[in-house]
Amino acid sequence: MDKITASHLNFYYGNTKALKDVNLPIKEHRVTAFIGPSGCGKSTFLRTLNRMNDLIEGTRVEGTVLLDGEDIYGPKVEVTALRKKVGMVFQRPNPFPMSIYDNIAYGPRLHGIHKKQELDTIVENSLKGAALFEEVKDRLKKSALSLSGGQQQRLCIARALAVEPDVLLMDEPTAALDPISTQKIEELILELKRHYTVAIVTHNMQQAARVSDFTAFFLVGEMVEYGETSQIFNNPVDKRTADYIGGRFG
Amino acid sequence: MTVNTAARSQVLIQKEPDSLTRSRIRPFDLLMQGLSVLAGTITLFIVIGLLGYILVKGLPQVSWEFLSTKPSALNGTYGILPNIINTLYIIVLTLLIAAPLGVGGAIYLNEYARRGRLTRVIEFTTEALSGIPSIIYGLFGMMLFNNYLGLGYSILSGCLTLSIMVLPTIIRTTQEALRTVPVGYREGAAGLGASKWHMIRTILIPCCKNGIITSLILSIGRIVGESAALIFTAGIATNLPVNIFTHMKTSGATFAVQLYQYADQGRNEVSFAIAAILVIIVLAINLATRLIGEHQKAEDR
Repeated sequence: MDKITASHLNFYYGNTKALKDVNLPIKEHRVTAFIGPSGCGKSTFLRTLNRMNDLIEGTRVEGTVLLDGEDIYGPKVEVTALRKKVGMVFQRPNPFPMSIYDNIAYGPRLHGIHKKQELDTIVENSLKGAALFEEVKDRLKKSALSLSGGQQQRLCIARALAVEPDVLLMDEPTAALDPISTQKIEELILELKRHYTVAIVTHNMQQAARVSDFTAFFLVGEMVEYGETSQIFNNPVDKRTADYIGGRFG
Repeated sequence: MTVNTAARSQVLIQKEPDSLTRSRIRPFDLLMQGLSVLAGTITLFIVIGLLGYILVKGLPQVSWEFLSTKPSALNGTYGILPNIINTLYIIVLTLLIAAPLGVGGAIYLNEYARRGRLTRVIEFTTEALSGIPSIIYGLFGMMLFNNYLGLGYSILSGCLTLSIMVLPTIIRTTQEALRTVPVGYREGAAGLGASKWHMIRTILIPCCKNGIITSLILSIGRIVGESAALIFTAGIATNLPVNIFTHMKTSGATFAVQLYQYADQGRNEVSFAIAAILVIIVLAINLATRLIGEHQKAEDR
């Protein structure tokens, strides 16, 4: 089933068209990877899915993005409610300068949960969900900035999970991490798709092959080809996809 | 070819062989080094001399009685208790007015306003405001608050005038602090569904806490040292407050204003006593700002 459907999506930074008529489904409880060379629009596309681009001045969107059949660019849409449903993990781990506990509790508190017992449970479950609990359970009150880069990124995943989203958007989540941390995050992604719909932007084609069920290839603002990951990597239809996968450019 | 090589080796032999350890005296370097040491020493002596002179001349005049009474013409005694109270009063009231305006203004400029002509004009104006001599603020405050709004010589109009004066400092320091907050924090909060104001309240303001406090301390420094703007607006009275709320409607002199008064009357020993206290306060303020800065650095690590 399609969790998200983008149709005829155009996106502009000022007068520059960054996305050209993109049509793409994101399947529920599957991992969809967006690949392509730098500047191809894959991150921009990801950020249209929770309207993160709204934060950038001078941007404009045309077309529709349906989340469970509802247009997220509709006139009555509350952006904060949308982002609660569609969580995000960023390229650079960005824990807030507060304790590990408060980082995870930030989202639930924001959405009105203040009982300590309830928060304790959410914090524990979220940290377990991000495979971080065992490493930090004795120092929940310590600053999140004292964690290693890989731990910080898993903390950010836990923080996103704490608001119980349906969809998790990941913007090159391992770009700033070492191979071992990367492996942990990849294992985590495979685990996450049981409960969440995941869309991930990655620079690393092997990573896309390892973690995703579906892959979309972007090139200069166009979505060139979309299909099951094995098909994209083994039998790409478009010559440009074949060239990129084969390492002839990018 | 052979001739050429021979000529080159001839030149090489004539030159001294290069050595890494060879010492060479460079007269120009020495001269400049000497001059900069001299400049540094002179600066140091000016500061130490000035502070020392004020403290040595002033501190012996400072007694408990001096600090805890009001001046009495009948007994011929001096006391600066009213000035201490007025100074504290003016600091608190001015910051109560200026801090919300300044911090709010900085947040508006950095977070809400679209970058454009309006924000540039506001930023340019704040910049320009900080360069205006304080006596002009005094004149303006007197015309607007004392005369036009009918507040008369009063602590309140002094505070309003000072508020305008310290606003640029607060706005600019807060803006600088806001700019150092990583984009990642804003995006992270927005990504969790935080509204803009929630993000500002829970992430930005705590991150900028030290910057805001620094701006307030700098403002206190300006308030404590200000005389020109206050003589025109808050006046020179030295009465003890009868009622803490109505006190703002009366005239009152701060340390600096009082110092000016006594110096004007030729009572230099009293002036120096006040000057000594002022110097100590200003040094303490500088120290506090520095401590906050170090604390911030330690936190960042």
